[in-house]
Amino acid sequence: MRDKLIYGAGIFAALYFVRNLYVILLQLPDEAMQGAVYRIFFFHLPPYFAAVACFLGAAFASGLYLKTKLWKYDVFAVSATEVGLALASINLVTGMIWGRQQWGIWWTWDARLTSALITWLIYLGYLMLREGIKDPSERAKNSAVLSIFSFAAVYFTYKANEWYRTQHPGPVLTIRTGKNTIDPAMQAMLFHNLIAFLLLAIVLVAVRMKLEDSQRAVESLRRRAHAIA
Amino acid sequence: MDQRNFEYMFYGLAAAWTILCLYTLLLTSRGRKIQVEIEHLKRMLDSKGNRP
Repeated sequence: MRDKLIYGAGIFAALYFVRNLYVILLQLPDEAMQGAVYRIFFFHLPPYFAAVACFLGAAFASGLYLKTKLWKYDVFAVSATEVGLALASINLVTGMIWGRQQWGIWWTWDARLTSALITWLIYLGYLMLREGIKDPSERAKNSAVLSIFSFAAVYFTYKANEWYRTQHPGPVLTIRTGKNTIDPAMQAMLFHNLIAFLLLAIVLVAVRMKLEDSQRAVESLRRRAHAIA
Repeated sequence: MDQRNFEYMFYGLAAAWTILCLYTLLLTSRGRKIQVEIEHLKRMLDSKGNRP
């Protein structure tokens, strides 16, 4: 039943992406200054917010793990972090491509970009830390603490272009600015693609959780094999 | 659609989908490896359990 739900959600997410791509490429109004390249935005901001949701979920699950010591929370935390890292990679790479065209440079060390890169590195460090600790309870405890503290970097990145004057464009969504700084059709499309990315993130986290469960089954079988040998 | 800078839009979308596809392939490959290892360990445990 769980597998069917995962596949169903995956197919729905794929169809939603096809519909969104059709609207992004063929129906949305043009942007006056940038030409076609502004359409990258729909694959830059939504993956970032989906990654934030993953990192928030991971921090929350890590807190629950420290409180209850239940494995399921650790499994969720590592799965959500890994998927969040993949989505954050999309955010960074699409931003660099847009920057190359609009600014003439791939990268600049401004507050928003730098904090996004540091956040990405912190979560990569989280996954590397897990690889480095063999004892499962130590691994879960240490990575849970790191996950909770790492979320400060996510919040800093979110607020960076409000707190600092950066080269990165400022917030555009009406819920953040309180003004109509973006065409309503473009804003609606951002939310549509955010829903699609969130759905995809849920599917990927569910698949990754299944893998983590299987990995734990392998570790348990290995222990049994060593005990018999 | 305004065709200016179309090339960079294409690179951006291609990069996004490439990362997603690579990650999905990585998950699939990891799943296969784990499945093979589970089968192997189970066979090993069965053969050890049946040994007189």
